[in-house]
Amino acid sequence: MKFAVVVNEGPYTHQASDSALQFVKAALDKGHEIFRVFFYHDGVNNGTRLTVPPQDDRNLQRAWSEIALTRNVDLVVCIAAAQRRGILDANEAKRQGKDADNIAPGFRISGLGQLIEAGIEADRVVVFGD
Amino acid sequence: MSTLHTVNKSPFERGSMASAFAHAVEGDAVLMIEDGVLGARKTGAFSPTITGRSGAVSIYALGPDLAARGVKAEDVADGVTIVGYDGFVDLAATHDRVCAWL
Repeated sequence: MKFAVVVNEGPYTHQASDSALQFVKAALDKGHEIFRVFFYHDGVNNGTRLTVPPQDDRNLQRAWSEIALTRNVDLVVCIAAAQRRGILDANEAKRQGKDADNIAPGFRISGLGQLIEAGIEADRVVVFGD
Repeated sequence: MSTLHTVNKSPFERGSMASAFAHAVEGDAVLMIEDGVLGARKTGAFSPTITGRSGAVSIYALGPDLAARGVKAEDVADGVTIVGYDGFVDLAATHDRVCAWL
């Protein structure tokens, strides 16, 4: 079965990012497909590579990046939500005249159309948030 | 069309748990996750709602979230089934849609 997952909350806020990550891992382990994970609202904060959590704490950004890179999961950050919160890839940084970008490996920035497409293509949409 | 309702906040914090149970119809399931698992306690003020609806609606609580909050399996109300993340995935797959009460 194809699942789409939406994450509406940033890391280390309550538990949405952790719950979504565990759900995605469990679904993949069961042989399901994760069509896409869409990060919306404060959820875009999961996608900055500049996070430095304490070494004895979980590193949520790295965990998401690993899922994307090792298990081929599409991680999409909402562009409008990302711009408001300072999450930029190289193209956006250039376009906005910023001196750096911070998108984490395995994440990509795109628009709400990606969420709509996920809703159409996936059999189920599971939302995690506050 | 059956629906899996997920609730992630304690019923003592918000009304989302009560709303989920009020909207769930026969054949639906309610899954308590995150702080929502506090509603599953046997001695809690929410347990009469669980007892009242457990016939028509299947009720589940996420085991890792219960454990993280110090709620032991024997303290969970009758009528609540404890599941892991794999059970969460199964519930999402076996119901036609998933409604998150955020």
